[in-house]
Amino acid sequence: MTPLLDVQGLSKRYGGRIGCAEVSFQLYPGEVLGIVGESGSGKSTLLNCLAGHLAPDTGQVIFDTRSDGPRDVLSMSEPERRMLGRTDWAFVHQNPRDGLRMRISAGGNVGERLMAVGAQHYGAIREQATDWLGRVEISEARIDDRPSAFSGGMQQRLQIARNLVTGPRLVFMDEPTGGLDVSVQARLLDLIRGLVRRMGLSAIVVTHDLAVVRLLADRLMVMKDGHVIETGLTDQVLDDPQAPYTQLLVSSVLQV
Amino acid sequence: MSDTDYNFAYLDEQTKRMIRRAILKGVAVPGYQVPFASREMPMPYGWGTGGVQVTAACLTPEDTLKVIDQGADDTTNAVSIRKFFQKTADVAVTEKTGEATIIQTRHRIPEQALGEEQILVYQVPIPEPLRFLEPSEVETRKMHALEDYGLMHVKLYEDIARHGEIATAYAYPVKVEGRYVMDPSPIPKFDNPKLESAALQLFGAGREQRIYAVPPYTQVVSLDFEDYPFDPSKPAHPCALCGAADSYLDEVITDDAGSRMFVCSDTDYCASRREDAA
Repeated sequence: MTPLLDVQGLSKRYGGRIGCAEVSFQLYPGEVLGIVGESGSGKSTLLNCLAGHLAPDTGQVIFDTRSDGPRDVLSMSEPERRMLGRTDWAFVHQNPRDGLRMRISAGGNVGERLMAVGAQHYGAIREQATDWLGRVEISEARIDDRPSAFSGGMQQRLQIARNLVTGPRLVFMDEPTGGLDVSVQARLLDLIRGLVRRMGLSAIVVTHDLAVVRLLADRLMVMKDGHVIETGLTDQVLDDPQAPYTQLLVSSVLQV
Repeated sequence: MSDTDYNFAYLDEQTKRMIRRAILKGVAVPGYQVPFASREMPMPYGWGTGGVQVTAACLTPEDTLKVIDQGADDTTNAVSIRKFFQKTADVAVTEKTGEATIIQTRHRIPEQALGEEQILVYQVPIPEPLRFLEPSEVETRKMHALEDYGLMHVKLYEDIARHGEIATAYAYPVKVEGRYVMDPSPIPKFDNPKLESAALQLFGAGREQRIYAVPPYTQVVSLDFEDYPFDPSKPAHPCALCGAADSYLDEVITDDAGSRMFVCSDTDYCASRREDAA
């Protein structure tokens, strides 16, 4: 089986400091990979390098494209990478304000990716937007409201709808539940889990919240100071942590 | 050379060369916004400093100049720019669309079809059609370079979602020669079909320092949706003075009791039709 994403020796330095160093892993279709670590451990740098928002210093990111098979994303031309970014890839930001257009209605936000790949039939775009709002549990009546009139949880769900509307195969998520209260978090996680399973998506989820990866991720990567210090199945890593830092991380979670 | 202290058409020769180079580049890449070193002009920004510079660079002593503002030859902006070139270039001026070789315009295209020997110069306040959707210039330039125009349709989508139709009535975005999306300056969308013309059309934005062009016989398509096609709109009544049913009309309030009349915004078109009828 060809991995959907094959990362080889990815490094990014900020001058003398290390962003992330020598990261290698494979992600297979339908798999969800969690990346955990404390603030400053390089997990967001890694995610941004993978998604093409940052240029890594060394390494390869090989993506199994629909048309041409495995290709190095970093050596693609900018138009190709942008096309990938709005068809096969999706990026869910921690802050929905970064991922949404706040001055454009919910329907327009969901429809943007469709229009970016050439949809020019208003009725069809609106129909798909309505369908997707339903899937993320936003009432159809709010399709013409702006995201600024939405609650934080709704904004995050809208961002997810906007990203998944073109049927991507790989979703990058940066702290998708950050800044939401626990009950909203729980519902959002339920929703994401359902969508990921039903659509057979592959996802890379960056978070510092171990509960999130416990629910979502099949496999786990633990990062510290830019290096990957432990990898394995999620339950294995969380229940039987080997590296001292992972043990600390797991034992730091408050038990209610 | 006129006996004024100004160089011909106000600008010095080197500046005119620089502007001509920008114009040539604009003509070579239709719809592409060419940056140029816009000069301080003896009028405020927003009064047509871009158009004036383009006109000055194109003007020759043999030219006949016509200046219109919202279609009219006798409004403040048109009168002062016309006087400006009479004084600094001593060129012949006219109000007749057919007799002019260079026409500088603000917010309208003349009703009478233009010919190959004519140049139409537009005054442009904001040349970037994506500006209100994407505030970053770096990003909009990238979007033009990569032909990434999905956002433009998002704007039209918002119009339909909010108003039930594409409510953009002026500065209606167009795609030039199947490549660049361009702001046709704030002309009414009624004028959009006239952008496909035999005349050379030049656009100058002074404050924003951009020049762009639509060469003669270039394809200019107004953006729309398949199920909401572009509609140039048509007034419901003919002109109250000349009876034209095919021209763009202004609403004129005639007293303080609410009486109004609709007359051609193109004063030359209206006047010549009335002369012909008389």
